[in-house]
Amino acid sequence: MANKKVPAYVDAACALQGLTLKGEERDRVILQFERLAEIAAPMLAVPIEPDDEPAPVFEP
Amino acid sequence: MSETALGIAQSIRDGAVKAEAIVERTLAGIARINPQVNAFTAVTADRARAEARAVDKARAAGQSLPPLAGVPYAVKNLFDVTGLATLAGSKVHASHAPAKADAKLVTRMKDAGAVLVGTLNMDEFAYGFTTENTHYGPTRNPHDPERIAGGSSGGSGAAAAARLVPITLASDTNGSIRVPASLCGVWGLKPTYGRLSRSGSFPFVASLDHLGPIAADLRDLAAAYDALQGEDANDPACAQRAPEPVSDSLDGDLEDVRIARLGGWFEANLTADAKAAVDIACKALHVTKTVTWAEAALGRAAAFIIGASEGGNLHLEDLKLRRGDMEPLSRDRFLAGALVPAAWYVQAQRIRALYREAVRSHFANTDVFIAAATPCAATPIGTEWLDLESGRVPLRPSMGLLTQPISCIGLPVVAAPILRSGSLPIGVQVIAAPWREDLCFRVAAALSARGVAASPLPALHA
Repeated sequence: MANKKVPAYVDAACALQGLTLKGEERDRVILQFERLAEIAAPMLAVPIEPDDEPAPVFEP
Repeated sequence: MSETALGIAQSIRDGAVKAEAIVERTLAGIARINPQVNAFTAVTADRARAEARAVDKARAAGQSLPPLAGVPYAVKNLFDVTGLATLAGSKVHASHAPAKADAKLVTRMKDAGAVLVGTLNMDEFAYGFTTENTHYGPTRNPHDPERIAGGSSGGSGAAAAARLVPITLASDTNGSIRVPASLCGVWGLKPTYGRLSRSGSFPFVASLDHLGPIAADLRDLAAAYDALQGEDANDPACAQRAPEPVSDSLDGDLEDVRIARLGGWFEANLTADAKAAVDIACKALHVTKTVTWAEAALGRAAAFIIGASEGGNLHLEDLKLRRGDMEPLSRDRFLAGALVPAAWYVQAQRIRALYREAVRSHFANTDVFIAAATPCAATPIGTEWLDLESGRVPLRPSMGLLTQPISCIGLPVVAAPILRSGSLPIGVQVIAAPWREDLCFRVAAALSARGVAASPLPALHA
């Protein structure tokens, strides 16, 4: 499912980071970014509380 | 060589064999069998002979020998090894200066008397689950050389499965120990996040990177893990915890251990082969309860976004300057990862916290969870797509569907190779609460004692 906002975002983000993508490579990266966007979508829709802080410590 | 590490160490201690003889046999085995599997990218013969000689000298001088004295091992080529460039599977790093010192875990293996015989193939920069490495060739599955060994620690899985060495070291960010262990039919340990030092290893995703051992024998896996434990101030994620050895927890007694099968996400993303492996394990363990972690899909998504983003950022300079020298199978994914918006990344880290709390509550009623380690058995090299009950997915990033939700929150796992006659190997994950590797090992030992888990000997040796 192509996300219409992705190509413009990929172009802008690449320009900002100094990455130049052209032709087929640009198309492939757009496809990969669309996959990332699809995976991220349900996670981005989850409401989280201010105290849901990132913490790498794993005490049981 | 199909001897166990502990058997070799005992024979050397008893004077029945010299470490130098073991090393020569190991090097000859690698020369004969490695061309069929392409597990090794370097063989450190001179170093191995010198380390073996030191073991023999210590014994001749009457010194007591450390637990793995004279045991050959090899490491994924993202571990620093003095005198070698740390490739991390890449061409880009082949021109880097050789490492000036060994990685911490290589030092610990050396302190335990083990003998390093070489470094092992992997997916470039650990971003892959197949070890189809374009620069160094694919690592081949010892049970069927036309199939993948899994990845990213494919060389570590294949070398142990092919009995080239009894112990290998590997890394696991999203499944890179558990996937090759599953597909190659060997035991693998991904310990709790922060348990083993990562210093002197090339990172992939700092938030999720773990190191651990792989072995064909469960007792060897435990012995390696025990030798590797300990604090290390040079790894900021390494916990300040004293070693908690597990080698004495392998008697197979499970009286007080509550075990459940993971449902939901972990049952939806399976083939019939993987389901059969879980059925066998659960039957042997008399598991009747299935528990669903409702947030597992979110955890997987969080791990995926964190991995893509941190990995992309780590390699941004390479992506700008040396893209043409990077792995074609992963470079577009690295590029896409480098573009992930900060809001997605931070949300993923916060979701991870929320998911961790949710899973913590499940451990109130259950000590150990069982799930498949891979959605399927080893696929033919070059396979692009995987068909699951949940639909068709791209194979290379999806082999970790079942491992990502577990490493996302750092839980310890032993991957156990389940025996199924006439079928390619598949492993199950034996998952415990943080810092309870002992429970993973106790359940793994029960699977072994009950005859349903063991590493099958590949036909290469016929």
